[in-house]
Amino acid sequence: MNPFWLASAPPTNCGEQIMRAFDAGWGGAVWKTIGEPITNVSSRYSSIDWNGQRMMGLNNIELISDRPIEVNLREIAEVKKRYPKHVVIASLMVESSREAWHEMVQRTEDAGADGLELNFGCPHGMSERGMGSAVGQVPEYCEQITAWVKEKARTPVIVKLTPNISDIRIPARAAKAGGADALSAINTINSITGIDLDTLEPRPNVDGKSSHGGYCGPAVKPIALNMVQQVMSDPTAALPMSGIGGVATWQDAAEFILLGAGTVQVCTAAMHYGYRIVEDMADGLLAWMGRKGYQSLDDFRGRSLPNVLEWKQLNLNYKIVAHIEETKCIGCDLCYTACWDGAHQCIHLDRGLPSPDITRTPAQIAAISSRTISMTPLPKLDAHSAGGHGPYATPLARIPRVDEEHCVGCNLCSLVCPVPECITMQQRDTGLPPETWEERVAKGAAAEANAITGNPNL
Amino acid sequence: MSTSVGFFERSPGSPEIAARFGDLHPPLAPASAVIEAHRCLYCFDAPCTAACPTHIDVPRFIKKIASGNLEGSARTILDANILGASCARACPVQVLCEGSCVMHRNNERPIEIGRLQRFAMDALHASGAPLPFSPGADTGKKVALIGGGPASLACAAELRRQGIQAEIFDARELPGGLNTYGIAEYKLPLAESLREIDMLAQLGVEFHFNATVDAEKLAALEAQFDAVFLGVGLGAIHKLGLANEEREGVTNALDFIAGYKSGTITSVPEKVAVIGGGNTAIDAANAAVRLGAAEVHMIYRRGPQQMSAFAFEYEHAKQEGVRFHFHVTPVGIVGADRIEALQLARLEELTDGMLVPKAEDGRVLEVDLVVLAIGQGTHTDFLRDGKVQLEKGRIVVNRVNGKTSNPKYFAGGDCTNGGREVVDAVADGKRAGIGIAAWLEVAHANA
Ligand SMILES: Cc1cc2nc3c(=O)[nH]c(=O)nc-3n(C[C@H](O)[C@H](O)[C@H](O)COP(=O)(O)O)c2cc1C
Ligand code: SF4
Ligand code: SF4
Ligand code: SF4
Repeated sequence: MNPFWLASAPPTNCGEQIMRAFDAGWGGAVWKTIGEPITNVSSRYSSIDWNGQRMMGLNNIELISDRPIEVNLREIAEVKKRYPKHVVIASLMVESSREAWHEMVQRTEDAGADGLELNFGCPHGMSERGMGSAVGQVPEYCEQITAWVKEKARTPVIVKLTPNISDIRIPARAAKAGGADALSAINTINSITGIDLDTLEPRPNVDGKSSHGGYCGPAVKPIALNMVQQVMSDPTAALPMSGIGGVATWQDAAEFILLGAGTVQVCTAAMHYGYRIVEDMADGLLAWMGRKGYQSLDDFRGRSLPNVLEWKQLNLNYKIVAHIEETKCIGCDLCYTACWDGAHQCIHLDRGLPSPDITRTPAQIAAISSRTISMTPLPKLDAHSAGGHGPYATPLARIPRVDEEHCVGCNLCSLVCPVPECITMQQRDTGLPPETWEERVAKGAAAEANAITGNPNL
Repeated sequence: MSTSVGFFERSPGSPEIAARFGDLHPPLAPASAVIEAHRCLYCFDAPCTAACPTHIDVPRFIKKIASGNLEGSARTILDANILGASCARACPVQVLCEGSCVMHRNNERPIEIGRLQRFAMDALHASGAPLPFSPGADTGKKVALIGGGPASLACAAELRRQGIQAEIFDARELPGGLNTYGIAEYKLPLAESLREIDMLAQLGVEFHFNATVDAEKLAALEAQFDAVFLGVGLGAIHKLGLANEEREGVTNALDFIAGYKSGTITSVPEKVAVIGGGNTAIDAANAAVRLGAAEVHMIYRRGPQQMSAFAFEYEHAKQEGVRFHFHVTPVGIVGADRIEALQLARLEELTDGMLVPKAEDGRVLEVDLVVLAIGQGTHTDFLRDGKVQLEKGRIVVNRVNGKTSNPKYFAGGDCTNGGREVVDAVADGKRAGIGIAAWLEVAHANA
């Protein structure tokens, strides 16, 4: 089964687009949310760029479909007629009355939609009208509306969850209680992307003013993964899941599936690069599955869920330390200053010194070096000044050394090192058996209890 | 005569020269500068900073370009190197900052530090803002600086920032020394050198032009000023010592380069020979190509490995079309009123490294112009009466603070190091300026 769906958003605005997307390789599409047509503002999008990369995070203050319901339904029917094997889901949002929902469900199913996605997430505009996240944030409404829809629906009902809530499991449980067949998560996250420092106007700019918008794209993936994991590891909330939020590569898709998703939905990546990105997503996922020996998605779906535990269930006696591969080190010394300023002062620049010297702070080292007198090396005059670097490509004085005894194994240095595989975290045997915080507390409680009763064996 | 502003307006450039000597390294476009700046790793105690003789905090100024803080970037550069704009263009970055960039070991191109530095400095100039420094509170002390080149300019700037009066005496019509008259135009245009010096004038540095300093004048200045800085550079280019050398058609590289830069030379004859193997020789040869010579020959006594020119300069000259002749030397100049040809002899290297001409292996190279670039003499005769200690004509200094053997005299730049790069002179001048200020404070603390 093709797990790559387009999320309900501009890429699924109309039938013509969705048919082109199917041609490009998408397995399904969730239609841009249908409801009473609305009026949008301009502009509507703003984004966060990072280190020269565009659109690491995208923000929008767009509402649901601005096209008449009849037009959308007619096009759904058309798409289903031409692409019967592709999945077309109608995303719905109507006013919170039983009749309105019943009518809408009837009409979309009559048009031929394969399923319904209830948009309880849209954080802007619609919530002010008592829809979208105004529903998604109140578990009772979630359950109630899901139940209304289920009374009528003949096709599967997916509830799309909003992340703008303190515990995503609560609306998920409500949706399940209301009879939902599946969940999708997440919708966009409330955000303000930034403020123009010349005009002091927030973005996106609508006649000098702005509003909080929904955040999505690569920046939100970690939040989305966490929310999917939370829901999927809660038996009272877990349902078949469509993972959404920052999916742009096959790796992203694999991660969502490993946490229990059956399909993934994509919006920002398709807005950024067009429908064609699905080709590598599918191709890369298949290649990875081949390498791992997985025949189908079910072979690895949810496989990582048992590996996400609570903090108190982690092994306290597992010790790793940083290890610097001297032959790869380029001598940028970012790990050195990161460990000094951001971690535990256990990386040192003293390889050139006769004996280890752990007293020189980064500031002192910088000051010493700035006092040296440098000259332009002239080929003829300074032929001998260009000395070799000994066994390594980098001068020894610039290759940092890890003081393993004090390294807490936090990873920071390996995260800042610009050279792949230069700093690796290596396990060191502590000689202690695995022990979690939970076990330690239990033992401590037992020890305390035994101290009172005077058990001599402890 | 003492003037203080408007050198840039007085630059004698010619449009023809400007057209022929287009930028060797074109400026970065704003978008490319930001992308390039983002590539910099922001190394700790960065090797590029250590390699820069003036220790510009390279990662710091680059990060400021990445963040769009161009003002701060320019200030970071100028704080370490007051001639940051000239150095950005004139420095042999391949063997300095960029040569030591850690990116070489990461299998990547080094960060284009020189072009980024120029980007920040160009932005400052374009903004029309003055130097982001103001003179220190007046100490009432004054220092005479002999020579108007980069060493003196850097020293004067340091003195002004510490509230010390700085008066520069230069034999030429315009300030800047080699920066103005000696660096190939496609690297550092004369006008750019002057633009930068205008900013120093705003800091209150005073200039005296056409002011040749001899022993007598020096004695007068010594009596009048609290300290003297010697930044006199080097002297005239050596001669070959051949008959007919004074004939028309023989010139030297310094006059040749200064001539085309100030617009008095706008063309050259058909066939040009440059004698020498240093960076100046290469600059002269490339200039001859760009000024329209049909054939430009470089005549050098030893092989390409022994040339004192940087390897990348040699490569550049080959691309410009200069033809190299190694292991040969001129032994005669042919021509009635003006030069017609050079008699060359093949040189043989003896076991002790001595070179001897092989008379029987001679040939004749037809030339219309010979440019000598076989090293410069020193220019310290006026100090011979024991004023400061000399060694092979160079002024002996303590490199940390520019002190000479005479407590009232400080020195830096080519007259102390025998001829290096602009940035070395700037670093010398800066250290001497700090040294002078410290000395004046101590020497006069009890006065
Ligand atoms: C411009 C824009 C419009 C959107 N409109 C809708 C919508 O009408 N209904 C809906 O359920 N989600 C809507 N979304 C949310 C997306 O479906 C998706 O949940 C979110 O963008 C996260 O996925 P991504 O990180 O792949 O973009 C919209 C997103 C964007 C950027
Ligand atoms: S893992 Fe953390 S504590 Fe250990 S060396 Fe790296 S930064 Fe320092
Ligand atoms: S961060 Fe990596 S490359 Fe840089 S000094 Fe540390 S180990 Fe070497
Ligand atoms: S060495 Fe290269 S990467 Fe490191 S700070 Fe300098 S320019 Fe940037």
